[in-house]
Amino acid sequence: MKDTAAIVGIAESEYTKWGKLARCTEYQLALETILRAVDDAGLTIDDVDGFASFSNDRNEFCFVATDLGVPVVRYAGMTWVVGGGGACAAIGDAAMAIATGTARCVVVYRSIAMGQFRRFGRALAGDVVGVRPQDAALGFALPFGLFNATVGMALLVRRHMYRYGTTTEQLGHVAVTFRRHANRNSAAVMHDRPMTLADHAAAPRIVEPFGLLDCCLETDGACALVLVSPERARDLRHRPVYVAAAAQGTGPRYGCGAWAMHYMPEEDYTGGNTQTLAKSLYQTAGVEPRDLDCAQLYDHYTGMVLLQLEDFGICPRGESGPFAAAGELAWPDGALPTNTAGGSLSEAYIHGLNHAVEAVKQLRGVAVSQVPDAELALVASGSGIPTSALLLRR
Amino acid sequence: MSVMRRPYFPPGMPLPAITDDTRPFWDACRRGELVIQRCTGCHTFRHLPAPVCWQCRSFAHEWIRVSGRGTIFTHATVHRAFLPELAAHVPYTVVVVALDDAPGVRLVSNLVDGEPAIGLPVEVVFEEVSPEVTVPRFRVRIP
Repeated sequence: MKDTAAIVGIAESEYTKWGKLARCTEYQLALETILRAVDDAGLTIDDVDGFASFSNDRNEFCFVATDLGVPVVRYAGMTWVVGGGGACAAIGDAAMAIATGTARCVVVYRSIAMGQFRRFGRALAGDVVGVRPQDAALGFALPFGLFNATVGMALLVRRHMYRYGTTTEQLGHVAVTFRRHANRNSAAVMHDRPMTLADHAAAPRIVEPFGLLDCCLETDGACALVLVSPERARDLRHRPVYVAAAAQGTGPRYGCGAWAMHYMPEEDYTGGNTQTLAKSLYQTAGVEPRDLDCAQLYDHYTGMVLLQLEDFGICPRGESGPFAAAGELAWPDGALPTNTAGGSLSEAYIHGLNHAVEAVKQLRGVAVSQVPDAELALVASGSGIPTSALLLRR
Repeated sequence: MSVMRRPYFPPGMPLPAITDDTRPFWDACRRGELVIQRCTGCHTFRHLPAPVCWQCRSFAHEWIRVSGRGTIFTHATVHRAFLPELAAHVPYTVVVVALDDAPGVRLVSNLVDGEPAIGLPVEVVFEEVSPEVTVPRFRVRIP
């Protein structure tokens, strides 16, 4: 379905390096950010009747609704799409809830203070116990030092390098481009930290082919977005941003994703598990890749951005490395300004929900690095796992 | 059967969960054999072990002993000690091995010697990591 709902409110907390959020709990950060997003929309908490999040968000809707005094909840969605693959799915599910009349006003939120819980860059440690399918799967990964997404995604990107000649310097162009965007964005964690290609090349190796500057940040922060029907959106404070198309899912035998499993068909191995989402998005919205004005792509690792560029038809298969190196991701002159706020590599790691917030800013015309007259934005969640994506338009 | 004399990792690495679906694989490793699940109906190999065949939905399966020979499909070199136990044991190499005689099947493992490269021929070696668990790793094979 096309244009099922509109995003009418957005909010972000302060973004800090992991552990630097000292003034409140992760849960309070969620509550504050939800209230600010509702206020941004020109609505009140009494208007809210739905919540959606992803990745088993610890800040459960039932406590949020109770503590904020929400009169009635009609929809509560926690997507099964894995981890950071779920950000766009949560927004897509909220749009479905609105389109079907299940709820009238849904808040999508994610609060993630790694300093108060677990740093994502650390190992999933300890013996694997339990008899769930996931326990069996991890038993074939953790004992071999495949501990986390960094190792898993490095394996995918290495294969892409082998097949297409992608280089670590091309990965560096992705990192440097997004850092430049972050240097313009005072909210970005890396705002005052410039980066050169030489910095990228000299950074300590983490998991080859990735160095430190190929890996996303570990941060504390929260985002929230408010969705209502397109009709309702017309009378609210900001220019509505419509969910032109939403897609979620996974390819054959992808399992829970490359952070633990590497058994998908070979032809899917050098993609980001987003090819089928791309087809569905463009078809639903009746647009083509060249119609995009900006892209906000999940950038847990530089190389995974390249895989998504190919999956989404932004450049031909195998040519994403040269595409990035030619400056085509850069604001303002690239072919498709991408991660214009800095992304997870340089703004903050809010599990990809900050990417959706930045797309909304672009379509409202209020982004820090504004693409002139932006009308259509692609937002994609975590690649290399079951995932989701959106086309947003104004 | 090839057994590793020196452990690849220090003590304290995670051990696998052994479930009803995966027990035959791990039991075979303790015997120094690599076995892969195969559908009795359509003969499709599968890994991870699962109760059902993704190709034909048959629940009937057998475990086939394979040679343990394969090639490196992809690899990554881990420099960061994600566990404190590994501080003195990085870098190490994670490989995904495509098995020669189980079409479509790949194993995540480690390369215990040599320089990893995609397409490099390798063969399985077994390492007892606890009294209950032996894991398959791989070494360079001279074809």
